[in-house]
Amino acid sequence: MHTPENLFYSKEHEWVRVEGNKGYIGISDFAQHQLGDIVFVELPELDLEINLGESIGVIESVKAAATLFSPVPGTIIEVNEDLEEAPELLNQDPYHNWIAVLDLSDSSRLEGLMSAEAYNAYCQTLES
Amino acid sequence: MSLKQTPLYPMHLKYHGKMIEFEGWELPVQYEGMGIIKEHQMVRENAGLFDVSHMGEILITGEKAEAFVQKLICNDVKIMQDGQVLYSPMCYPNGGVVDDLLVYRYNLQKYLLVVNAANVDKDLAWMKENLLEGVKAENVSPEYAQLALQGPKAQDILQTLTDTDLNSLKFFWFNPAVKIAGVECLVSRTGYTGEDGFEIYVQPAEAVFIWEELMRTGGEQLCPVGLGARDSLRFEAKLPLYGQELDQDITPLETGLGFFVKLNTDDFIGKAALVQQKEAGLTRKLVEFSMLGKGIPRSHYEVQKNGVAIGQVTSGMHSPTFKKSIGLALIKIEHSEPGTEIEIIIRDKAVKAMVGTGIFYGKKTKSK
Repeated sequence: MHTPENLFYSKEHEWVRVEGNKGYIGISDFAQHQLGDIVFVELPELDLEINLGESIGVIESVKAAATLFSPVPGTIIEVNEDLEEAPELLNQDPYHNWIAVLDLSDSSRLEGLMSAEAYNAYCQTLES
Repeated sequence: MSLKQTPLYPMHLKYHGKMIEFEGWELPVQYEGMGIIKEHQMVRENAGLFDVSHMGEILITGEKAEAFVQKLICNDVKIMQDGQVLYSPMCYPNGGVVDDLLVYRYNLQKYLLVVNAANVDKDLAWMKENLLEGVKAENVSPEYAQLALQGPKAQDILQTLTDTDLNSLKFFWFNPAVKIAGVECLVSRTGYTGEDGFEIYVQPAEAVFIWEELMRTGGEQLCPVGLGARDSLRFEAKLPLYGQELDQDITPLETGLGFFVKLNTDDFIGKAALVQQKEAGLTRKLVEFSMLGKGIPRSHYEVQKNGVAIGQVTSGMHSPTFKKSIGLALIKIEHSEPGTEIEIIIRDKAVKAMVGTGIFYGKKTKSK
């Protein structure tokens, strides 16, 4: 499993990449693999204020729908509209294809997230 | 309760199946390196191999076997000949469906009924409750492993392994003694994908051998297929699934299976209720629909017309073949005309859809 070092990870298998005030959010390789072929992504609305753990969208595979929970609080300032036409991008390259960008109101909340190393260890406990 | 494993379980491990629980069985939803969409496409374009050993087999024997099978099912048993297969719903007295099944006629005193995995115990109890004197109904499921070989290349692959001329085996007929790589199997030209293909019943001890012979012969034109694509393939071909298009609260007439209900036959359980429903006129109907708005319809989502509930989605999916979201819904008949706009309630939001016709996959099965 591929897990970039420069990201923070949640137990729900989302990642966050911080650039200044911006937090890019996506799903991990583990998540896309568990979901299987992704055929639909419901993106959040712009300017929506999100609390920690609130829904910021839905990802649907052939078999099922999975809610995407925000690993950080903030305001939605960008969404990746490419995913509406090509949801399979999340299967092909989950770390390049972010889903939404949040304006991070409180970056200290990142403390609840895991490093790549801790996340890999966490995934191993799920697989065993 | 621990999960049951089919005789082909070692093959799911070998071919890296992603194992899930399904009706008490441990079965692959898909295989590593493939996935539902690729497996689906392989069956539409080449061929796929399915482990369907979880299906139940019930053997009906005795002097009055024919009369008993007729008592159970809506379709006409008497039109069958030895070696023929018949699809039929099996109803409760009120016309609701106990199960849908395949009837294999060996002879007038011997029928094999193939039923849904989830319903084996319920079906057997129902049959014993309604048994005729001198007829025996026994669960022989453990005596069979079942493989489905489906797709346009299925016949070529299977023909390589047998001397039986498969051209002579017509759609919905079976041969109880086909030697595949030297092993005697029951083979029927049936399936659940909308493609030509075969279902192969074999003793459990030989199942792995038959699977591997087929995989070796099929080469790049064949891949194992999991439950995910089994569902997407049957859905696109508009083949009903018990628990979705059919259940105890839905009659076969409502769900578009009127063709399999023969009201001019001898009495069967549920006939009076179905005759009455037909005379009174249906109040709801199964319709095809396409999404106009964004979203994927799923089983049991509510369907509305102008904000008022009119029924529910029975099956829905992003179709791998058509690459768009389509569904089947059981709705009030006054809204069932093609072209009618309806709303599907997806996560509390009403998303527009349109009732249609002919939007599903045209079956490629070899016609009778």
